[in-house]
Amino acid sequence: METKSESSEKKQPEQSAPFNKRRGFLKTIGRSAALAGLGAGLFGLIRRPKAAMAWQLDPKKCVQCGRCATECIMEPSAVKCVHAYEICGYCKLCGGYHQPNARQLHTAAENQLCPTGAIVRTFIEDPFFEYRIDENLCNGCGKCVAGCGSFGNGSLYLQVRHNVCVNCNECTIAVRCPAQAFRRVPIYAPYIPKKKDGEA
Amino acid sequence: MCRSSLAIPFGMFIVIALGALSNVVAVNRFPRPEFQGGYEQPPTVFPAARPELFGYMDIAVLAGALCLAAWLALKKRSRKGVFLLTVGAVAYFGFFRKGCICPVGSIQNVSLALFDSSFALPIAVGLIFGLPLVFSLFFGRVFCSSVCPLGAIQDLFVLNPVKVPRLMSSVLGLLPHLYLGAAILFVATGAGFVVCRFDPFVGFFRLNAPVGMIFWGGGLLLLGMFVARPYCRFLCPLGVLLGWSSLLSRRHVTITPDTCINCRLCEDACPFDAIRVPTDPGQAQEPRSRSVRRVLLHSALLPLWMLLGGLGGYFAGDALSLAHHRVRLAERILDEEAGGSDNVSLESRTFRAGTVPVPSLVQQAQAIRKTTKKGSALLGIYLGLVIGLGILRFSLQRKRTEYTADTQHCLSCGRCFQACPQEHRRLANISKKGTE
Repeated sequence: METKSESSEKKQPEQSAPFNKRRGFLKTIGRSAALAGLGAGLFGLIRRPKAAMAWQLDPKKCVQCGRCATECIMEPSAVKCVHAYEICGYCKLCGGYHQPNARQLHTAAENQLCPTGAIVRTFIEDPFFEYRIDENLCNGCGKCVAGCGSFGNGSLYLQVRHNVCVNCNECTIAVRCPAQAFRRVPIYAPYIPKKKDGEA
Repeated sequence: MCRSSLAIPFGMFIVIALGALSNVVAVNRFPRPEFQGGYEQPPTVFPAARPELFGYMDIAVLAGALCLAAWLALKKRSRKGVFLLTVGAVAYFGFFRKGCICPVGSIQNVSLALFDSSFALPIAVGLIFGLPLVFSLFFGRVFCSSVCPLGAIQDLFVLNPVKVPRLMSSVLGLLPHLYLGAAILFVATGAGFVVCRFDPFVGFFRLNAPVGMIFWGGGLLLLGMFVARPYCRFLCPLGVLLGWSSLLSRRHVTITPDTCINCRLCEDACPFDAIRVPTDPGQAQEPRSRSVRRVLLHSALLPLWMLLGGLGGYFAGDALSLAHHRVRLAERILDEEAGGSDNVSLESRTFRAGTVPVPSLVQQAQAIRKTTKKGSALLGIYLGLVIGLGILRFSLQRKRTEYTADTQHCLSCGRCFQACPQEHRRLANISKKGTE
């Protein structure tokens, strides 16, 4: 064992020292080039707004297909119904609240459209009612959004709620959205709210 | 204002019930009432997203963990320390941060910024992508050893690793190149983030994996008991980039802290088959002319490999383009118009409710198909190059006198340290000096 290692040590220096030196030099060049390339590349790609991104769905594109309720990795979904009160007509018969064939216009379960009973209906004054979303119950199925939009003012709409969303690198709902309503938005403006004049 | 909601005919409700898909915009069918009783409208609350500061904290943790991993593997030479850091990475980057965003997936964000000028790469994502590569350029793949949550969870399952035959691991080693290329291709064509879609472990970290992921990730973990870290070695696209930069690394983990005495004790220590054994000194040297001829032959074959790969890629392009939702939608709509399918899919129903005419969709799909074909031909050329270079590397005769870590494939886990008697001698010496 000893002799072997010694013989190899004797032979090595003259053969491999310049080789190793050259190799080391090439490696240094390669490393510097890689570092420079990586730095320049990333510097070039980091453009405005430079902020982290979050997922959001555009209510103008949304078709209420119901996949938000089933495709999100969160359970219940991170997509919830949001109420733009300034658009609401406070109707007694609410297309978002009541079943299409509701017999009576009160809060009995068989009259409600929402499968989880997440809409709270409160009497204000005759004949007006306020509708509030209980986000703990809402599963983002969008049934109420479809009802309100086709029949009422369209004050109910779906949004990714960022207190629930874990911000997957690729949103699993976005992959399955038939209307391509999902997009990345800067983290400092993470909602696409509906406004009074109908502009989302 | 006399308005009874009951006056609205129920027929309208039936229209809704039939589920006509339409883009719902706010329309002022019912003006906002003027309340008499001083009603106060509740505010619509929008909870803020996770503050960006937290993202920078993640980067600080990542940088700290990388420094620690490099120190533990290269300076302290402590397998125990690396193991503890592995557990920490599973806990923090895995279960606490729930897996997103990870450096493996960030390849796609960087590619997206490269191909789509409307997507701005966030600073945090750029750093998450760049830091492991920079560390790899200086210290080898310390990121893989104990910082990457995907690697770390697999590392905890290494139980009874078997040796994968060299030829087989070389062939399987092509998969990461294919995966990397496909990931970039699908981002470039707009088909999506394929690496995230087939992430095997993120569902485990979030404790709510869908069935497919349980089989896929669980299968990998079970396989990983015998074939150590299968995802890292035979799939991970970031491993390709880290391997390259590790080849250029300034310092790298060594099996022995001293000179190798060729005792062969470390031969079976590496579960990832990343220890290269010394060449047999007794073997008769091949005549130089013959090895030169072989190298020349395989260099000459390189363009052929690339051509073959390019052709293969070009013909695979049609199938690959189906990964894009627009191409699938166009196929579906044409199929439906030809009467091929009885029911109308939700996607095509949504598309028909929109304003885009079918011919322009078909045109768009054609354009995507064309770019996919071009891209997949490039991918094929790249794969051909990798195959050709791999064979060329096999054909080169390198003289090795010591047991050395393969800088490209070594994951710097430190399992070989304890196998080396020189290491034990070093540790004993240190403790002797301490008692003196």
